[in-house]
Amino acid sequence: MRLALELAFARSAGRLSRLAGRGGGTTIPGKILATLDPESLSVLAARLPRGTAAISATNGKTTTAALVAAIVGENVRLAHNGSGANLVSGVASTLIEARDAQLGLFEVDEAAFPEVARRIRPRAVCLGNLFRDQLDRYGELEQIAERWRAAVAELPAATTLAANADDPQVGDLAVSRPGSVTFGIDDPAQARPTLQHASDSKYCLRCGTPYVYAAAYVGHLGDYRCPACGHARPPLDIAGRAIELHGLEAVSFELVAPEGVRRVRLGLPGLYNVYNALAAATLSRALGATVDEVVAGLESAPPAFGRAERIAIGSRTLLLLLIKNPAGANEVVRTVIAAGAPEVAVVALNDAVADGRDVSWIWDVDFEPLLESLQRVVVSGGRAAELALRFTYAGFPADAVEIVPGLGAALDRGLELTPEGGELTVLPTYTAMLELRRIVARRGYTRQYWERAA
Amino acid sequence: MKLRVGHLYPDYLNIYADRGNIAVLARRAALRGLQLEVNAIGPGETVDPAGSDLLYVGGGQDREQALIAPDVAAKGPALREAVASGSAVLAVCGGYQLLGRFYRDRYGSELPGAGVLPLYTVAGERRMIGDVLLECELEPGRRETVAGFENHAGRTILDDGAEPLGRVIAGFGNDGVSGLEGCRLGRIYGTYLHGPLLPRNPWLADRLLSEALAGAGLEPLPDELERTAHAVSAARARERGGRT
Repeated sequence: MRLALELAFARSAGRLSRLAGRGGGTTIPGKILATLDPESLSVLAARLPRGTAAISATNGKTTTAALVAAIVGENVRLAHNGSGANLVSGVASTLIEARDAQLGLFEVDEAAFPEVARRIRPRAVCLGNLFRDQLDRYGELEQIAERWRAAVAELPAATTLAANADDPQVGDLAVSRPGSVTFGIDDPAQARPTLQHASDSKYCLRCGTPYVYAAAYVGHLGDYRCPACGHARPPLDIAGRAIELHGLEAVSFELVAPEGVRRVRLGLPGLYNVYNALAAATLSRALGATVDEVVAGLESAPPAFGRAERIAIGSRTLLLLLIKNPAGANEVVRTVIAAGAPEVAVVALNDAVADGRDVSWIWDVDFEPLLESLQRVVVSGGRAAELALRFTYAGFPADAVEIVPGLGAALDRGLELTPEGGELTVLPTYTAMLELRRIVARRGYTRQYWERAA
Repeated sequence: MKLRVGHLYPDYLNIYADRGNIAVLARRAALRGLQLEVNAIGPGETVDPAGSDLLYVGGGQDREQALIAPDVAAKGPALREAVASGSAVLAVCGGYQLLGRFYRDRYGSELPGAGVLPLYTVAGERRMIGDVLLECELEPGRRETVAGFENHAGRTILDDGAEPLGRVIAGFGNDGVSGLEGCRLGRIYGTYLHGPLLPRNPWLADRLLSEALAGAGLEPLPDELERTAHAVSAARARERGGRT
């Protein structure tokens, strides 16, 4: 009874928040409930007849969750935090709002994963990767890895762990847990010639010797082996092979599962989305999906908001690609270039807590290949001047950089520089992306993110 | 003319975009007609005391720092000799700690340092994270500010009489209590500030270049963007520095 009252109160607060124009109300109900009754999250999760699944990673958790939703959501009613509210409060809010859901599907912030897992006791967990990201908020990568190790050790014995074998820290979690399922890429043709700048986890977990990579795919993700002690990538249960990149439109690959091999065409670009698809496939199988359902779901999935979105604005198109840390941004840069290097771009850097207050990461991003084709770049956001320094110290001409801190004005300027019928590439950090979408939505061009999540 | 930079452990100590500092030094040198030649110095490789005009050592995560600490200690004598023969040094964050006498970790064990700077560091419970603004007076009567970001659990204690890089206007600094930040000993500069350090603090970049050129003067650059970025960063420190 008490929980019912608390739920009613929390739900109405979410509606009020939306009515008041204060955003999606995607975390307020959960915050209220967590204050009224901290144990309620466990109770709500336990009510779901098909249990819960949690997805965590530095990069790709929103997309992976969206792919899983496309695979399993066909037959099952989901409680899914698709708007990216991925802290304890966001998970709680999603459970509060989804009254008749059967299965909980949650992307979870890396730092919040241990607490969320302890409370919702997921029947399946997918751990994707650990990259340096927002060190001001998460602290060092090793500390997150340590907390993940402890959280995995505390998972219920029946919980299935789906882990990315290509990440040494993550793959190792599967090695020490019976019944785990691993995934990774096996396609040396897609390997990078060298580890990119500022790679993480490049020293052997066991003995500290630098790993030797038979193939490095995204950042430090790949087929690694320690030349000193032999610690190596664990065998893959689910693999991606024979990958073909189709610009910004798609990527196709062979999904190699114990049940058989299927060709998948994913409507999302880049090698990094092959990892997301493999993660989604592995988790969905653990949740009972057949390989046919996996393939059908992957092929039908729309992009998660702001991850690689096209929005028509009059006769021009906006291509919105979220950048948030070096590894992710490097993949975005690579993908944009592969799709036909743009001549104009808007890059927006904010430094709110959700972006990371520390903006030094922009110097670890390999923007240089993008600068080669750009004739003009509009830098925006609260730290626009830092971006201008990043580009000019890379040798980009100062008179080709325009500083327009206001996002609306930067968007207008970018569109002005884009020929009719053309496409404007916009690379915003997280809060800049949210604000840009609000601006575009106010002008009537796209839906608000919480509507999409419904 | 050529300026030789010895970049210590770039594969291990690169966590806070240290290459940004190198990029700033390289470009500001190039704009004055100087060529910056950067040589990586890794574990097991010897430091030629006469081989560099400027030595750079960046920041790393605990694990990487622990991996190379013994090598840093072994390089101590050569580094001290390099400094004695005129090389300038910039050490940031983890590199700053490693140039001290030792780093005592959470469990009480001590990682030896290079013994180049008159300080030691003790791991603390709470990380000191946020925007920082310093006031420096490296020449009597000439005050300059440095704006950046700090993220460290270590508390660095300067020896009596040792000179800090600057006084904290906003932020934590060396230990969160003394109001001091960094350490400066002759041509050696150590600091927790990254962001990276040099792009929005061009006077410090030029000072290092000048030190590396044995005190030669450099013609000034316009630095408008740098000043804008500095002002934003300084405002951030004033509004939200020194809190976690």
